[in-house]
Amino acid sequence: MYKEILTRIKQGHRTMKFPKGAPPALSDRFRGRLIFDTEKCDPLCKICTEICPVGAIETESKRLDLGKCLFCTDCFQACPEKAISFSKDYRLSVRNREDLIVTTELKEIILAEELEKKMKKLFGHSLKLRQVSAGGCNACEADVNVLGTIGWDMGRFGIKLEASPRHSDGILITGPVTKNMEIALKKAWDAIPEPKILIAVGSCAIAGGPYIDMDQVNNGVESSLPVDLYIPGCPPHPLTILDGLLRLLGRIENE
Amino acid sequence: MKQIYENLAVMTNGDSILINEIPICDITAFTATIIDAVDKGQRVSSFFGAKTDNADSTALYVILADDESNRLNVGKTIISGTEFPSITPHCPQVHLFEREIAEQFGIIPIGHPWFKPVRYCHSWTGMDAWNRNKNEPILPAVGDFYRIEGEQIHEVAVGPVHAGVIEPGHYRFQCHGEQVFHLEIALGFQHRGVEKAMETGPDSRSLHFMETLAGDTTIGHSISYCQIYEAFSHTQKPVRAQALRGIALELERLANHVGDLGALSGDVGFLPTSSFCGRLRGEFLNLTAYLCGNRFGRGFILPGGVGFDIDQQDVGEILHRIGICNKEITDAINLLWDNQSVMARFTDTGPISEDFAIEMGLVGPVARASGIMRDVRYTHPNGIFRFSQIPVSIYESGDVLGRAYVRWMEIQKSISFIINQLKTLPKGDVLVLPEKLNPLSLSIALNEGWRGEICHVALTDENGSFARYKIVDPSFHNWQGLAQALRNQEISDFPLCNKSFNLSYCGHDL
Repeated sequence: MYKEILTRIKQGHRTMKFPKGAPPALSDRFRGRLIFDTEKCDPLCKICTEICPVGAIETESKRLDLGKCLFCTDCFQACPEKAISFSKDYRLSVRNREDLIVTTELKEIILAEELEKKMKKLFGHSLKLRQVSAGGCNACEADVNVLGTIGWDMGRFGIKLEASPRHSDGILITGPVTKNMEIALKKAWDAIPEPKILIAVGSCAIAGGPYIDMDQVNNGVESSLPVDLYIPGCPPHPLTILDGLLRLLGRIENE
Repeated sequence: MKQIYENLAVMTNGDSILINEIPICDITAFTATIIDAVDKGQRVSSFFGAKTDNADSTALYVILADDESNRLNVGKTIISGTEFPSITPHCPQVHLFEREIAEQFGIIPIGHPWFKPVRYCHSWTGMDAWNRNKNEPILPAVGDFYRIEGEQIHEVAVGPVHAGVIEPGHYRFQCHGEQVFHLEIALGFQHRGVEKAMETGPDSRSLHFMETLAGDTTIGHSISYCQIYEAFSHTQKPVRAQALRGIALELERLANHVGDLGALSGDVGFLPTSSFCGRLRGEFLNLTAYLCGNRFGRGFILPGGVGFDIDQQDVGEILHRIGICNKEITDAINLLWDNQSVMARFTDTGPISEDFAIEMGLVGPVARASGIMRDVRYTHPNGIFRFSQIPVSIYESGDVLGRAYVRWMEIQKSISFIINQLKTLPKGDVLVLPEKLNPLSLSIALNEGWRGEICHVALTDENGSFARYKIVDPSFHNWQGLAQALRNQEISDFPLCNKSFNLSYCGHDL
């Protein structure tokens, strides 16, 4: 017992102050929201469109889809004009799918707004989510799990991952929804009492990720179920996920 | 004197040879050679089918690892028609490989003792080994399960959606009260079609498939893929890149091993280590993010080297951070071994005997915890591990304690390795651009991922594109080990046994 107490003292208090205090430091190489500088971009050049593994960039219409984006470095490395760059902005979550599309007119994305009044009253202080992995590679799952550890301590906001869908207020889904998970996902969703919400975490769940348009998978969850919050990334950083959840619950206002 | 087989081509890890240099033998000689080689201590690293020029026949390739002499032996046979005699009754470690061949190519291993689908998907050839209707959907985990009957026997079915945040799989326990007689595991829910999608590559997605094949093993699988790429194109990757790859691979091992030890202590209700390790795991993920901006190492490993270099200041920062982590995890994890109630729960739970581990060809910490000297970094070294060895960590008990303790020993060795590499980092470039891939060749890459041996084998066509890309995640070998570990255990020990293996679902389902 003595050793446990001594170790506890040595390990110290670790829960971060975010969102009241500053977020934890991110790597200098962290790849947050992409910036598409259309002024530098040569309209005849299509290198990024061709190189993007998932077709997230349309050069002609100058649209960049952060929902499809894998946040890899392929376009960034290939662009001769250096028109594409990564910001360190970890805030990426949105309520509407089209808000993830960055165009010439609209460089900033519209970050997620809080739930409607009635829903917020129900879930604002106590949100229980069932996590369903439907073809996820275990990276999104791992970084959702991290939010339960002492550093992030998601429980302090009343958000908890629940074992049974019947005890849950919604599903947090990862993975592109494989054909072999369709039935299980539907059963889990049907088992959740109304009203309920759906949170899509990661580019797979939003648009299919690297598996987009492949036979064995669907292109994310949207084709079968209505999504309330999109959290892009491959995988999204835990800070991005927590930021999204807190915006949904109205704990972080748009600054 | 080692047995030399004239039916087999001899290679080493990271080699590439022309396909027509591999001797083709008939199925009888092929089977006899595999059985004999495995009897004499080799093991099946990979066994897979590939298309031939003739639509009515299928080629079978086997990769036998000879751990004593650091050699990989490759055998080939051609099956005409839709069946071949099963090797499983004489060599159990091929049981899942044969089911996979049947599922992908529609050919039947006659005499297979438990002939079922692996991933519940349609075959690549239009033929079906189970005579299922082409137009009907194939439902996962539907079909026969091994069953014990009796008045007091009951069956427990769990999954695919589990209580925790884990991937989907389905378990069937045959129980008598608390006691488990038998556990059967059905997977396939995560099947995305990765192997098929790799054909005709490399293309813009190939590396991204590898990075997301099993997301917690991003580094392990992407290094293996790049090694295949480099072998085919005869690329000499810079030594500095090799050292950085080694550092990334060991960071991946550290993050996962620390996380596993935390999860194990959580499962026996010992919360201090569980809480400390949960956070410390993140510190190692953050170190990987320090290298490349992504906590799982996405974008770090590229064909020809690595995508990011570090400077002297970075070296100092990483050394500083890893020093702190080292102190903190030592304190946190040593609490386990000093605590009687934890030791009582770990000891003799989910035992795997050395004989069973050898017979089934188990790999990684699971095999090492049963006293087997099996570590690719030592037996088939490549990259930085040719210059700098990591001692193999072995324990004899084969139970949850063994699997936990092997992880702890490996944590310490990986930290010393990383510190050592950072202090002696070679100078030079970190990336060279590879040339085109050689046509009509075969290449093998083995790596010791944190779960165990990762084996990638690729065949190229006349244009130098992948004609077949075969991936074996360590989980593919080890799932049967988990089923065995549960025999005569209490069903309530399942979570603990499961965590001590911590196998990949998507790595198995591909």
